[in-house]
Amino acid sequence: MLTLKDLGKACLIALWFVVLTFPLMVIKVNPIDRIITWRWHNMLWVGLGSFLCYLAGRIWLARRDVRLRRIRQGLAEEKPPLSRRILQNPAIWRPLLAAGVLFFLAFPALFSTYQTNIMITALMYVVLGLGLNIVVGVAGLLDLGYVAFYAVGAYAYALLNLHFGLGFWTVLPIGGLLAATFGILLGFPVLRLRGDYLAIVTLGFGEIIRLILENWNEFSHGPSGISNIPRPGLFGIQMSLDQSITYLYYLMIGMVTFTIFVVNRLQNSRIGRAWFALREDEIACQAMGIDKTRTKLTAFALGATWAGMVGVIFAAKTTFVNPASFTFLESAIILCIVVLGGMGSIVGVIIAALVLILLPEYLRAFSEYRMLVFGAVLVVMMVFRPQGIVANIRKTYQVEEK
Amino acid sequence: MKPLLEVKGLSMDFGGIRALDHLDLRVNQGEIVALIGPNGAGKTTFFNCLTGLYRPTAGELLLTPPGGRTKRLGGLKPNLVTRQGLARTFQNIRLFPNMTVLENVMIGRHCRTRAKVLGAIFRDRRTRKEEKEIVAASLSILKELGLSDVINEFAKNLPYGAQRRLEIARALATDPLILLLDEPAAGMNPQETRELDELICRIRDKGLSILLIEHDMKLVMSLSDHIFVMDYGRKIAEGTPDEIRTDPAVIKAYLGEDMDDA
Repeated sequence: MLTLKDLGKACLIALWFVVLTFPLMVIKVNPIDRIITWRWHNMLWVGLGSFLCYLAGRIWLARRDVRLRRIRQGLAEEKPPLSRRILQNPAIWRPLLAAGVLFFLAFPALFSTYQTNIMITALMYVVLGLGLNIVVGVAGLLDLGYVAFYAVGAYAYALLNLHFGLGFWTVLPIGGLLAATFGILLGFPVLRLRGDYLAIVTLGFGEIIRLILENWNEFSHGPSGISNIPRPGLFGIQMSLDQSITYLYYLMIGMVTFTIFVVNRLQNSRIGRAWFALREDEIACQAMGIDKTRTKLTAFALGATWAGMVGVIFAAKTTFVNPASFTFLESAIILCIVVLGGMGSIVGVIIAALVLILLPEYLRAFSEYRMLVFGAVLVVMMVFRPQGIVANIRKTYQVEEK
Repeated sequence: MKPLLEVKGLSMDFGGIRALDHLDLRVNQGEIVALIGPNGAGKTTFFNCLTGLYRPTAGELLLTPPGGRTKRLGGLKPNLVTRQGLARTFQNIRLFPNMTVLENVMIGRHCRTRAKVLGAIFRDRRTRKEEKEIVAASLSILKELGLSDVINEFAKNLPYGAQRRLEIARALATDPLILLLDEPAAGMNPQETRELDELICRIRDKGLSILLIEHDMKLVMSLSDHIFVMDYGRKIAEGTPDEIRTDPAVIKAYLGEDMDDA
C-alpha cells in the first residue's frame, strides 16, 4: 500500500516541519539571564512525529480510496457514516442521550465551580453556534460579523440596567428582540449580496458595532466598559457566588434546551425548507415562489435573536462588559463551530461547540502549545471530514400505503 | 375569449444589445405552444422576462385565468409571478441538490401555503394540517411522475432523466396555470424523450397550458398546437406545425440562405 515515493514524501514533510518549527521548538531564549538554550532533541521528536502522522494519514486515505472503488464496482456495500448509524438507531442514541442529559444535569454537583464556569461558557457557545447555524448553515449566508449581535445583547443589558435599573429577566427578551432588529437592519443592505461580498459586508458590520462601542464614550463608556452588572436574580433570593454560578448553569441548560427545541422545529418547517432552498439555489428558489427578501431577513433576524439573548447572559455572568470581548476572533470561533459541526446539523454544532471551547481549556497542560494543537485539530478535521462532524441529515418520510 | 397568456410588444435590452425585439405571443387555455429558434435567439431570455427574473424594457404581459380578471405580470417579482400561476423548469437543471426529492417538491408548495415563524415553533393545529397537506400533495405529484420510490434520496443522486422529471414535479407543485419548460428533452435518449412526450400530453389533459422551448424537432412537431419561431430576438414565424415546416423564413434561419439568391 505504501510506496517508496510515499516514504520519500514523508521524509520531505518531516524535514519541512523541522525547519518550520525550528525557532519555536529548538531555540529558547531567556532574556533575563541572557542565555540561549538549544533544545536539539526536540528536532528529532518533531521530525519523527510529522513523519508518522503523514504516513498514518496516507494509509487512511489509501484505504478510503480502495473502499470507494469497491463500492463503485459493486463489490462492497456502502456503509452509512458512523454519525448517521448512531442517529438513526434509537437503541443507540436513546441511552446516549439519557446519559448525556444526566451528566449535564449533575455537572455542578460532580465538578468544581471553576469547571462549572467553563461549562457555562461552552454552553453559551452552543447557543451561539446554533444561532449562527440558522444564518450560515441553513440559509447559506456567510456572516462574519455575528459577534455584533452578541455585543448588542450584552450592552442592552448593561445599559438598560445602568440607566433604567431593568432586571435580567426583563432584558433577556428585549436583548433578543433588539438583536433581531439589528439583524434586519444588517439584512436590508446585504439582500443582493452573496458569498464573499456578503462576508466582507458582515465583517464590516461587526467591526462598526465594536468601534462604536469603543469610541462613543458618552453612550457606552468606551474601552473601560461597564461594570457592576447584576447577576440574574431568582425572586430576590440572596445567593452566594457559588450558588449563583450553579443557578446560571441551570439557566444555561434551560436556554440550550429551548434553543434546540425552537431551531429544530424551525428547520423542519415551511420556513426552514425555504432557508435550505435559498442556500441551495437562489434563482430556482425564487422561481418556485419563495420570497427571497422575506426569507433572508427572517434568517438574519432569527439567527441574531440567539446571539442577543446569549449576550444578555454573558453580561450577567461576567458582571462586566467592554468592547474587547466582541472582536472578530469571537465571530471566527463561532463560525468554526458551525463549519466543524456540519452545516445545518444541530447535533454536530453542539458537539463542535463543546469540543472547541473545552479543548483549549483542558489543553492548558500543554500551555504554550495549546493553540498549536487547536490549529492542528482544525486542519486535520477539514482534510478528513470537510462536511463536518455530523453531515447534514434530512428528515425522511414514509409513504403510507392505502 | 381572451387568451390565457398574452405577450404584447415585449422588448428586453442589455445595455446596447436588444435581446428581445417587440415580441408578441399568445397561449390559449389547454394548448401546448412551442417556442423554437436557433441558439442565442432569445428564447431563454424570453422565459426569464416572463417569470420576473428579468425586468422587460418594454411591453406587456397579461395573464387571464379562466373566469378571472386579467392581471399584468410585468415588473412583478419572480415569487409573485409563480403565485399568479406561471411555473418553470430550467435549461440547466436547477434542483436543490442537497435536499431530498420530496423536499424539492414540497418547496413548490411554498407559495400556496402560509405557515409563519410562530406557527413553525408552536406547531399549532393549522400548521400541522397544512404540513400534512403539503406532504400529501407532493407525494401524489411524485407518484404521478413515477418518482415515489426515491422520495428520500438526495436530488443530486438521481439519474439525469429523473432529475428532469423532478424539476417538472417541483413546478407542478406550485399549482400553475401555465407550465414553462425550458428544453426538457435536452440530453435525453429516444426512450426518455418518448416518455416525456406522453408526460407532457398527460399534463395538458389535466387542463394545464404548456409553453415549451425545445430543439428536438420531432418532439415539437408531434406535441405542439402552435409554434412560434424566433431569431435574433424577433418573431420570424408562427403557425401550426405544418405551416412552420414549410415556412421559408424558418428554413432560412435554420439552414442559412440559398447560395443562388445571394
